[in-house]
Amino acid sequence: MNYQLEVSNVTKSYGDLKANDNVSLNIKDSSIHALLGENGAGKSTLVKIIYGSLMPDSGEMKWGGNSYSPKNPFEARENGIAMVFQHFSLFESLTVEENIILGLDGVGLNQNFTDEILKYSKQYGLDVNPQQVVGDLSVGARQRVEIIRCLLQNPKLLIMDEPTSVLTPQEVSDLFVTLKKLANDGCSILYISHKLEEVREICSEATILRGGQLVQSCVPQDHSQKELAEMMIGKKLTELARSKINIGSEIFSINNLSEKSDDLYGVDLENINLTIRQGSIVGIAGVAGNGQDELMELLIGEKSSSDGVLKFNDRDIGSLGSHERRQLSMFFIPEERLGHGAVPDMSLDENMLLSRPESSGMTSNGVIDWISVASYSEKVINEYNVQTPSSKMLAKSLSGGNLQKFMVGRELIRNPELLIVSQPTWGVDAGSANNIHQSLISLADAGSAILIISQDLDEILSLCEQIHVLSEGRLSDSVDMKNNGLEKISQLMVGGES
Amino acid sequence: MNESLFINIIIGISIASTPLIFAAIGELLVERSGVLNLGVEGMMIVGALLGFVVQFHTGNPFLAVFAALLGGMAISSIFAFLTQFLLTNQVATGLALTLFGLGFSAFAGRGYTEETIVLIKAIHIPVLSDIPFIGPLVFSMNPLVYLAFFMVYLVWWFLFKTKQGLILRSIGDNHDAAHAIGHNVVRYRFMAILFGGAMAGVGGAFLSLVQVPIWGEDMTAGRGWIALGLVVFASWLPFRIILGAILFGGITVLQLHAQGFDIRISAQYLSMLPYLATILILVSLRIRLKNKTNRTVPNCLGRIFHSTS
Repeated sequence: MNYQLEVSNVTKSYGDLKANDNVSLNIKDSSIHALLGENGAGKSTLVKIIYGSLMPDSGEMKWGGNSYSPKNPFEARENGIAMVFQHFSLFESLTVEENIILGLDGVGLNQNFTDEILKYSKQYGLDVNPQQVVGDLSVGARQRVEIIRCLLQNPKLLIMDEPTSVLTPQEVSDLFVTLKKLANDGCSILYISHKLEEVREICSEATILRGGQLVQSCVPQDHSQKELAEMMIGKKLTELARSKINIGSEIFSINNLSEKSDDLYGVDLENINLTIRQGSIVGIAGVAGNGQDELMELLIGEKSSSDGVLKFNDRDIGSLGSHERRQLSMFFIPEERLGHGAVPDMSLDENMLLSRPESSGMTSNGVIDWISVASYSEKVINEYNVQTPSSKMLAKSLSGGNLQKFMVGRELIRNPELLIVSQPTWGVDAGSANNIHQSLISLADAGSAILIISQDLDEILSLCEQIHVLSEGRLSDSVDMKNNGLEKISQLMVGGES
Repeated sequence: MNESLFINIIIGISIASTPLIFAAIGELLVERSGVLNLGVEGMMIVGALLGFVVQFHTGNPFLAVFAALLGGMAISSIFAFLTQFLLTNQVATGLALTLFGLGFSAFAGRGYTEETIVLIKAIHIPVLSDIPFIGPLVFSMNPLVYLAFFMVYLVWWFLFKTKQGLILRSIGDNHDAAHAIGHNVVRYRFMAILFGGAMAGVGGAFLSLVQVPIWGEDMTAGRGWIALGLVVFASWLPFRIILGAILFGGITVLQLHAQGFDIRISAQYLSMLPYLATILILVSLRIRLKNKTNRTVPNCLGRIFHSTS
């Protein structure tokens, strides 16, 4: 068997931390190879080494049988390695064509690429318009642009960093068709993900990392999803199950909510109705950019709504600010962790204090009692297993998953009557996601109501009893999961009627 | 209005707006790369002094302009080093650069305040310059005026017609992404800042080599700040710089002629006009663009770039 890329015993340290410790990885010709691991397992470091953005401390690589040690991404691209990034890779104010040209070496502006782009677009079913400005495109379309940008380099290896985290089910299956076609045409794919069912569907091999070390290379189909997840996190997963579903009386309702968006590219909400009962977990599925942000703004109270639209315990709360809503025992976890849910440049203690009303015992006569604040933060850090040296660390210094655990904990220790959470596990690895899900379930078991707005359909399906779909600013009725529920949800997500 | 007065006004406007065009087109490129350099005023005044000093000692206008260009670059390199390598705050560093430039030029120029030099003359092309009306308007300008217009074209061509220009714009739009695909953010920004310094230097020298034959402390009189405003006014589009500069230059000239026509307004009020106009235009621009995303604004403007790998 021929290997396109062989990575042997690569080590890379940052100070005392070994981000990659003696890691090896072999990718066969024309295969789709998965790289699995939690946040901080060393996946990104390994990929950066392969792509030339980082130099390993020791170890060697072979590319098509020859020694390979790229000093920068240009060199990697020259060798035929292309990468679709998870974040930060497109330029919003430039057109699709300009974006594509930027990623290609040795191509000037004078060459007309429109035809070339359209050729790949057709061949691999990647629908794009070269003259459109990227800022106007959906997430899925942006990813198609990135893939075309890579394909124009005729790569022998395409690295994809969590490509499906933001796609609709339809887009995911389209992407898989494209990837399989590419592998057939001789391009190997290194597929980084923590979505195990996807890995089992399209990858022929998987390499699993944990804490910078190689756990195992295996054929993903030989293992169950649960086994793979346990290899990734190194311990047993808790089974998610509601111990008792005890649905009580109505606690929160949205009645005929319509709202024009202030933003030119925003989504107008149209006639949204929703009822939430005590002890229930309600999910709103849907692809990002269909009104989730606008809805969340109104629910949190960043924007006030007209009389009678939002009711909490029969009280009209439309005009209350978020602090006042919190005092009524409604709590929120917004999607954007840094800059919305937490102040990046402030410590965990300070962030703890900021979402608290005056009466919480953290202040006396307006003076902050730091010892009391720290005791609350320590409690969250311990109970929710937040990995941080101390509660004095800046919020931005924590990894996304850790900060998310802190923010979930911060709201949950208040025992909210109603918790509204957007994307609870976005960018969070399997182990932490499992913890967060478990905490949400315990909260609901104890009688609180929870509203989850998430793009992750699996999350919604595994947690929620009542599921709605938000599409183009309209919220569907609750979907009956018994009769082809999943199919219905998929249709609703792409804007179809059911 | 008679013909010669009209021609005089047009020439006056061109003279008044050229320093603004130079400084603003340089700053435009800098801002397109995502850097906000508030030191334009300081770089201009250093250019004005150096141009004057070299013209005074050598009498060679080429050397004088070249010295101003190098002077502007040299002082901007301080800014470039501090912000790009030591990652200092761009606003504070830019302000410091302006204060430094003003102080330095006042100090170094002490011995020249009583001196005068020979101004750089407008060109005269036989036949062409003698065509009535068209000749004086099109073929008899100061050579630096033509250069200013050419620089605007050059910057436009660079930004929108070359790969390097596209890369520079991409760096201004999203420096992390540009870095991720392997472009050298710091190098592009460093070069852009030097270009901005060079243009500000030449713009400053225009004041002491073309407008008046003397050197005086603070002779830039806030033109650097107007140039900064012009970049926003132009929505970071090169050719709009010309439009804006002519507008501001026009107000300056209007102010002079109003005095000449014995219009009874205090000179102080008229001197306020260009600055008032700057504020009004910036405000009206903001109102007009409200609720619209402007695709020409560099998203990374003023943000510090930390390379993470």
